[in-house]
Amino acid sequence: MPTPTSSREAILSAIRRALAVPAPKPGHHAGESEPQQEPQFENTFSILGQEAATSQKRTWLPPVGESWDEWADLFAANSLDLKTQWILCADEADLKTQLEKLKSENGWKKIGLHRGELTDLAAETLGLENLYVDGGYDAHELEKCDAGITQCDALVAQTGSILSTNKSAGGRVLSILPPHHVVIARREQLLPDLPAAFELMQQKYGDKYPSLMGFITGPSRTGDIERILVLGAHGPKKLTILCV
Amino acid sequence: MAIAPEKIEVPAGSGAAHDDNFHNPPEKPSAQFHHDADEKTADLRHRELIQSALGKYYVARAGKQSKFQNWGAARQTAAEVKWEAVGHLDQYLREFEEKITARGTKVFWASTEEEARDYIVGVIKDAGARRIIKSKTMTGEEIHLNAALEKEGFEVAESDLGEYIVQLREEAPYHFVFPAMHLSRGEISDLFREKLGTAATDSPEELTMIAREVMREKYIAADVGISGGNFAIAETGMISITENEGNARLSVSLPKIHIAIMGIEKVLPKMSDLALFLPMLATAGAGQALTGYNTLLGGPKQEGEIDGPQEFHVVLLDNGRTKLLADPEQRDALSCIRCGACLNVCPIFKNVGGHTYGTTYQGPIGSVITPHFKEMQTWKHLSSASSLCGACTETCPVKIDLAHHLLQNRRNAATQKPVWWEKWAMKGFAWFMNQPRLYRLALKLAPLAQAFHPLVKGRRLDPLYVWTAGREFPKVKRETFKDFWAKRGNLG
Ligand code: SF4
Repeated sequence: MPTPTSSREAILSAIRRALAVPAPKPGHHAGESEPQQEPQFENTFSILGQEAATSQKRTWLPPVGESWDEWADLFAANSLDLKTQWILCADEADLKTQLEKLKSENGWKKIGLHRGELTDLAAETLGLENLYVDGGYDAHELEKCDAGITQCDALVAQTGSILSTNKSAGGRVLSILPPHHVVIARREQLLPDLPAAFELMQQKYGDKYPSLMGFITGPSRTGDIERILVLGAHGPKKLTILCV
Repeated sequence: MAIAPEKIEVPAGSGAAHDDNFHNPPEKPSAQFHHDADEKTADLRHRELIQSALGKYYVARAGKQSKFQNWGAARQTAAEVKWEAVGHLDQYLREFEEKITARGTKVFWASTEEEARDYIVGVIKDAGARRIIKSKTMTGEEIHLNAALEKEGFEVAESDLGEYIVQLREEAPYHFVFPAMHLSRGEISDLFREKLGTAATDSPEELTMIAREVMREKYIAADVGISGGNFAIAETGMISITENEGNARLSVSLPKIHIAIMGIEKVLPKMSDLALFLPMLATAGAGQALTGYNTLLGGPKQEGEIDGPQEFHVVLLDNGRTKLLADPEQRDALSCIRCGACLNVCPIFKNVGGHTYGTTYQGPIGSVITPHFKEMQTWKHLSSASSLCGACTETCPVKIDLAHHLLQNRRNAATQKPVWWEKWAMKGFAWFMNQPRLYRLALKLAPLAQAFHPLVKGRRLDPLYVWTAGREFPKVKRETFKDFWAKRGNLG
């Protein structure tokens, strides 16, 4: 059923009619006695060049530090706050040890995953029953997995978030349906802040964006009952990040 | 709760009473407001619940906001970005439409709520679908979507925990960000026991897990997922959804059709604008650095992708927004990102509660926009539901001057249709204040008059009835300020 052109046109022309009368800039009221000057855009990064906009935002958002170590510390602190399990692995051997530990601690029997350098390594290490989603999957079966193991596009220190897409993390559902989401990331994937995350998306995907991109910040949560925090509302109850 | 005039527009005979206050018969919105406000302000249990819930929010928000290096500059910029977006709305909407359509999304423009409802029902019918999973959408509430879907015989499940709770209670959301904030865990446990047959519990964890189990099966079985959208990105043709529970992520991923409904004002020019808007929305809305899931959707499942819906529809809703746009004084109310902060700090909201407003959007922002979206004279009473303290203006992350807009609504309502007795009362007052002798005489007589006040106090005969019914009138001093000042002058 197409939009009746009438509604589309009606809305657009109502907008144009309405906008014929300009509105005062934020911070000013209509009818103020001071002359309405032409709007200044010194702060509006929407129309600034990307670089200038990014550096401006950085001066307002929460500080992140300069070095990788500071970012890693910040990520660890944010993870604590968010109840994300953050494990910084010394090397690949350590990653394997940590995976083994997770397996026995959580009693994993079956895992869901996608093909990828790090996830393949995990599958090999764990030696469990695997459900690969790449060629399509049955949602009921995926739900029965004890964990979903994925890669990601980046980690964001500022907010303790994982940036992932349906391309990098095995589709839309793998990271959200199983009760435990495990992300394996490379050290160089740790970014300082949100502006850097958006820059990365633009550079990496140009205008060929995957149909779903997003930030995951902590395990699924709700505060809908008396504003008391409960984890695992609909998505994973546990979130583990292994950084190697 | 009671949304009387809106109720008329809802398809008749719908089984559910989502938007109805079935405890009170439909009445005039202003009468309903006064009635419910009286009741709620005297309800101490309600007050305690809200204070404790909001207490947690205040602490969390202050903590997260103080992490910003410069919240003031961030706010100014956010306001300017929305001002730019709203100021060129036609241009950005067309850009959004072009970009998102190129990726296989269907965009539908709806002037009215009927058009939006009819379109959505049509899409579902055409697909032969029956089971619908919804993630939180206030625009969906605004167009009374649930009632329309249920009337068609579709099975509709609200997946957001708070929304699910109010759906089971057959009432409207109490707060557009925290829908079930007015309920205690005991009440929720009773509700689940009655409707789902689960065992009583006073653990929020266990209650959440009950809802989780119920919903799991529904996500997988659903044919259609319906969501709202917090932002529409013109530059890249995407919508952005903010949530904490993961229910939206599931609702837009598992069913084969995804329909998103958004107001036309949700546009942002660039994707990178989100680097500011996402953390600001989370901070102001819930006291979080970033909410659990922030998801950008740029189309249905694309070639080579593993999963995702085959169809993706975006409904862009006007429903009165262009009317608000046409008022340059209050146009910036369209910059609202629906964080709910203005409700959380509003002394009126905290006392009268969300349902009393009888609107989809409660609190200060609701009081500002509802008369524009609907009708000024029927909804003007909301503009008086303000102490003019300005807490809303101060808290708003996009700097909407809500307190000022409430005053403008009052002025506009009075200019549009003056109330005769108000006019005469004001004239009388102005005359009286211009009579110094009469004024002084009245002051002298006031203590005397007050001596007789107990005879009529709190009764209809009392000229100050509305005020004194629930309060003590302060004792009038024998010595007026004028006397005091004169004496002081002599001493000095
Ligand atoms: S008016 Fe401002 S404070 Fe209120 S909901 Fe909208 S953005 Fe938030």
